[in-house]
Amino acid sequence: MAQIFPKKANLLPLLTLGASAFGFVIAVFLVWYYFSPEFTDVGYRPEQPVEFSHEFHAGQLDMDCRYCHNWVEEASHSNVPATQTCMNCHNQIKTESPKLAPVRESWADDVPIQWVKVHHLPDYARFSHASHVDAGVGCETCHGRIDQMEVVAQSEPLSMGWCLECHRQPELYLRPTDEVTTMGYVQPADFVDRNLEKVRREGIRPPTNCSACHY
Amino acid sequence: MRYLLLTFAALALVLTGCRGMESEDPPVHLNQDMDFQERYDAQEENPFFADNAAMRKPVSGTVARGLLRENNALYTGRTDDGVLVETTPISVSEAVVQRGKERYDIYCSVCHGLAGDGQGIIMTGDYGYTPAPTFHADRLRNEEPDGHFYDVITNGIRSMPGYASQIAVRDRWAIVTYIRALQRSQNASEGDLPESALVEIEQGQSANITVE
Repeated sequence: MAQIFPKKANLLPLLTLGASAFGFVIAVFLVWYYFSPEFTDVGYRPEQPVEFSHEFHAGQLDMDCRYCHNWVEEASHSNVPATQTCMNCHNQIKTESPKLAPVRESWADDVPIQWVKVHHLPDYARFSHASHVDAGVGCETCHGRIDQMEVVAQSEPLSMGWCLECHRQPELYLRPTDEVTTMGYVQPADFVDRNLEKVRREGIRPPTNCSACHY
Repeated sequence: MRYLLLTFAALALVLTGCRGMESEDPPVHLNQDMDFQERYDAQEENPFFADNAAMRKPVSGTVARGLLRENNALYTGRTDDGVLVETTPISVSEAVVQRGKERYDIYCSVCHGLAGDGQGIIMTGDYGYTPAPTFHADRLRNEEPDGHFYDVITNGIRSMPGYASQIAVRDRWAIVTYIRALQRSQNASEGDLPESALVEIEQGQSANITVE
């Protein structure tokens, strides 16, 4: 009577073991890599109704962030500027430019421009710009080098783990409050000590509880 | 064995090449249950209205609680008779002037220049904007009252648009105080310096002047 399993079937258990170990490692890696917000969220760069360039306005013209996003220090929601803010200058500058046609239409018809939101936090997580900006979190820390972006792309994951990293160790990310809108700010050598001192002096206690953001 | 290595290399290449790559596709969120809720946040879209805006404009003439604005001098820069006020109605301290400097540098310096000489980047960049006047001209320095500057910031003047929607009332007055300080700085005389600073300058040092 012939053998049911040939001799080379001895390899089968070994192969099974190896393949499942390999498969497990790959699966963990795939989930860790592809399901992470660094992969799913970062780099989102939608096309906007107007080809607005932060690189030109904030970079080359060196306008302060708050000229347009003027309620960022007072309100939870940092506003997208109204058409009126665009028309402050563009009622006289490049009035014939076809790129600005949607802005002029919006101004004439009193209909807002439909900008596409890049940084969308889920509606169940509340975020206040004012409390962060006034405590000394720079624009750059969360939004990247906006002054070098022709089109705005999301540069940080905005995930909960990423938020908590800073809430647990704010001294690694804070900067002097009057440097908040500085792009390309370089931390001094002793910035951790300075920030610890700032945290103590100003009583900054970043919450790590649920009720802070999720209500 | 060679195939295994090749597979590994290919995998590594595929996996590390994609993170943070720019894309126009919206973020992939597996569970969308409460990402976009059935309510409207600030500046969201609401297709119910003709202009698709969720934020509605208040009816003109309505007054919100706590925002009656009965102090004419503070809110309009004019007395009850409609005359521009001579001096700022808010109490001025160094902190107010510093706040004014910060706000001036954000909103005004783009055209009027950091020194108030009308040489802001929009003007020097030759973009075709009507030239901004210097604050150091005699008319603006000596003849116009503080209320004039507040009125211009609020309502605009000729080619300059109003900034009422961008700058809060008290910040507008703070900017007025800083413009006054700028004007003073360009027309200071020796007598304006304290004795100690004069001595330092005579000794060839740079004087650090603090405002009382």
